[in-house]
Amino acid sequence: MSFTQQKYFYGDIPEDHTGKDNTSTTFETKNEWPLWEVFVRSKQGLDHKHVGSLHAADAAMAMENARDVYTRRQEGVSLWVVESKYIHASSPDDADSFYEPANDKIYRYPVFYQLPDEVNHM
Amino acid sequence: MHTYLTNYLLHLADTALILSQRNSEWCGHGPILEQDIAITNISLDLLGQSRNFYQYAATLVGPDTTEDALAYLRTEREYKNHLLAEQPNGDWAQTVLRQFFFSAYQYLLYEKLQSGPDEQLAAIAAKALKEVTYHLRWSSEWVIRLGDGTEESHQRMLKAIDELWRYTGEFFMAADYEKEMAVDMASLKAAWMKKLIAVFEEATLPIPENTFMQTGGKTGIHTEYLGFILAEMQYLQRTYPGAAW
Repeated sequence: MSFTQQKYFYGDIPEDHTGKDNTSTTFETKNEWPLWEVFVRSKQGLDHKHVGSLHAADAAMAMENARDVYTRRQEGVSLWVVESKYIHASSPDDADSFYEPANDKIYRYPVFYQLPDEVNHM
Repeated sequence: MHTYLTNYLLHLADTALILSQRNSEWCGHGPILEQDIAITNISLDLLGQSRNFYQYAATLVGPDTTEDALAYLRTEREYKNHLLAEQPNGDWAQTVLRQFFFSAYQYLLYEKLQSGPDEQLAAIAAKALKEVTYHLRWSSEWVIRLGDGTEESHQRMLKAIDELWRYTGEFFMAADYEKEMAVDMASLKAAWMKKLIAVFEEATLPIPENTFMQTGGKTGIHTEYLGFILAEMQYLQRTYPGAAW
């Protein structure tokens, strides 16, 4: 699979005579490096949060790319990278059956239950 | 007024600045976005190191001198950078190999300097060492990745070695100011070769033989490339003296 991309310079001004590069670049997607998801822990004690993704040929490169791309401004003290193909995601088509049934189950919240007055410190 | 310490600082600063300038040419042209950012980060680290050395050197030269004057108003013959720093980027293999040669050298050198007698130089080296540790890791992995990669990437590394090896001998041939600074070139060279052999073996690359080594950069005798770098880099300050933004 390939697609062509038109390249613009200086603020993506589309007019022909304002710096547009008329040569188009063709990318072969089959040669692309795998995609990795990046998780950053911002400080000790907090959990790792998903911050974005990147391309890399192997785990070592993914780690270095993550360091260079996502922790340039002191965003983190720890990094996780995981190849995106290992993440299984729920499908938007399943939203009705996955999430909506929880809408009317108010009894799943602790505040639903009346506590006896004798119970303190809840 | 130029003592050996000033000259030595200028040598360290010039090398970091010219290598930074070379690496910065990749900005917007990296093979992929992530590596574009990586090489630019390294370029900025080196620029920061050169500023620290220039600032220190400027205080030694005198009150009328600034870091900018040292960087932008000295001529080719006054620049003391290693010849290797000014060599063209070539392809990605040549750029990462040049960076590996340098990072291994800077790592070992800064390690020595951080426990040296001059406190300010030691402090600058200690700060720079953290950055260089990463540069060394990054460039080592690229040398291994390309050397032990495909047939084409291996060939490109061989070509890069062929282009650049002759400039590495200069690292260990002491200029006068390095002799005065009592830098132990012999132990630097041994440690540098050790690192190189470890990485090259993993990369399935041949250890280059001892050949004739180009020298001169440290004393201002440069290859034809430095003049073009300085022309581009110094153009603005020379055309509009004192320009600021």
